[in-house]
Amino acid sequence: MEVTLKSGATDTIASSGAPVRSKMSIRKLDFYYGKYHALKNVNLDIAEKKVTAFIGPSGCGKSTLLRVFNRMFELYPEQRADGEVMMDGDNLIRSKQDVALIRARIGMVFQKPTPFPMTIFENIAFGVRLFENMSKAQLDERVEWALRKAALWNEVKDKLQQAGTSLSGGQQQRLCIARTIAVKPDVILFDEPCSALDPISTAKIEELIDELKQDYTVAIVTHNMQQAARVSDYTAYMYLGELLEFGETDQIFIKPKKKETEDYITGRFG
Amino acid sequence: MVTGEHTLQKYDVELEQMRSRILQMGGLAESQFKLAMDAFESADVEKADSAIASDRRLNDLQRDLDSMVNHLIARRQPTAGDLRMIMGVAKAITDLERVGDESAKIGRAAKWLKEKSAGFRMNRIPDLHQSGEIAARMLHRSLDAFARLDGQAAVSIIRDDAGIDDRFRATLRQLVTYMMEDPRSISAAIDTVWVAKAIERVGDHAKNIAEHVIFIAHGADVRHATPEEVERAVSEG
Repeated sequence: MEVTLKSGATDTIASSGAPVRSKMSIRKLDFYYGKYHALKNVNLDIAEKKVTAFIGPSGCGKSTLLRVFNRMFELYPEQRADGEVMMDGDNLIRSKQDVALIRARIGMVFQKPTPFPMTIFENIAFGVRLFENMSKAQLDERVEWALRKAALWNEVKDKLQQAGTSLSGGQQQRLCIARTIAVKPDVILFDEPCSALDPISTAKIEELIDELKQDYTVAIVTHNMQQAARVSDYTAYMYLGELLEFGETDQIFIKPKKKETEDYITGRFG
Repeated sequence: MVTGEHTLQKYDVELEQMRSRILQMGGLAESQFKLAMDAFESADVEKADSAIASDRRLNDLQRDLDSMVNHLIARRQPTAGDLRMIMGVAKAITDLERVGDESAKIGRAAKWLKEKSAGFRMNRIPDLHQSGEIAARMLHRSLDAFARLDGQAAVSIIRDDAGIDDRFRATLRQLVTYMMEDPRSISAAIDTVWVAKAIERVGDHAKNIAEHVIFIAHGADVRHATPEEVERAVSEG
């Protein structure tokens, strides 16, 4: 299915080129924390091999939405999702698939780097071993591949046996990205991946996200609107559990259709 | 659209300062152009000198506004309506500065003509007079549309530019006739061609400003659009 959203009057770089395929289709999605209705009838398509950013004030439901995508919410009682999150013909919410498999296909990187208390090598090898049987040589190769993809290899190749926690914050975050990539997911979800990082580490992660979209579908939640403007192809603005506006990032940041979106991105949000 | 309500109040203040400064620059460009036309038509050297001199004030305002624009982009990362306003102002600055240059050209031509064309009444060509009036009115209305971000008004200004272009061609035909009839008029006629061209350019700048207004108010780039496309962009946006 093609993503139907087109830009407004302004021509964008993103609008040129090949048609975009939808990787995930979210339809009539509602989500409840107990009695609290946290997501209200959300409908959108996440474009394949593109970056989709979710912005909005705290509590608008953007992180909740990300957590629905890989059934993270199931870790908690009293949380419930209704509707469809279709990926490859399967409604992920109702899927009979093992959630561990779903989470391998839809990886997630969190706000604070969360390396396992293991060596750098093991941080990556651990997840791979859960899903695949491979020889030592194959595993070495996979670890190097993932670290290279995450732009971390050159910095850690001589200290793979050191603790993952010995790295700097920015390196730890790239280690977590490498760990996510290592199991070869289809989709990578980033939940505020740079909010604990300095500007240079942030720039490295943003550069990395741009490279990752060649192979993966990326969704990112960020409080930093400039970051959404820098890294994403599509932007979704959420407010009070509703998806208020969704479009190509250039359209959202140059000519948003709704006043609420304009107020938020121009800093008029009271 | 632009003023008020930013959480960061200093941002509001800076945007408002930029907006009032560009309108000030517009007012100055408009009166300079009128003064230059008056100097040309009345062959008044003193007025011509004054029109030439006031170009310097426009240049100062141009530098001043450019630095405001740089500051806003560097410090505030403008988006949406704010971004379009700042981009629109940045372009309007150049247009207004050029209006100043054209007015200074008219002022200089007025002085040369005073010296050279004692017998020729080139400054009384009706089409030239009319196009000067239309250009002045277009400039005034474009600044008015800018102040109110009025896309509809901008559409009618864009339409009026054709009137100046027609009169420019009529003026040229008349000047060519003068030159053929009496070769002694050639030097003065050529100076007058520059005046006609300068007026035509002022009309173009007014039209550009109207196009910036549509970009700011409606987010549509109508610079190379047909009149029908312009109208559609404004009625839809």
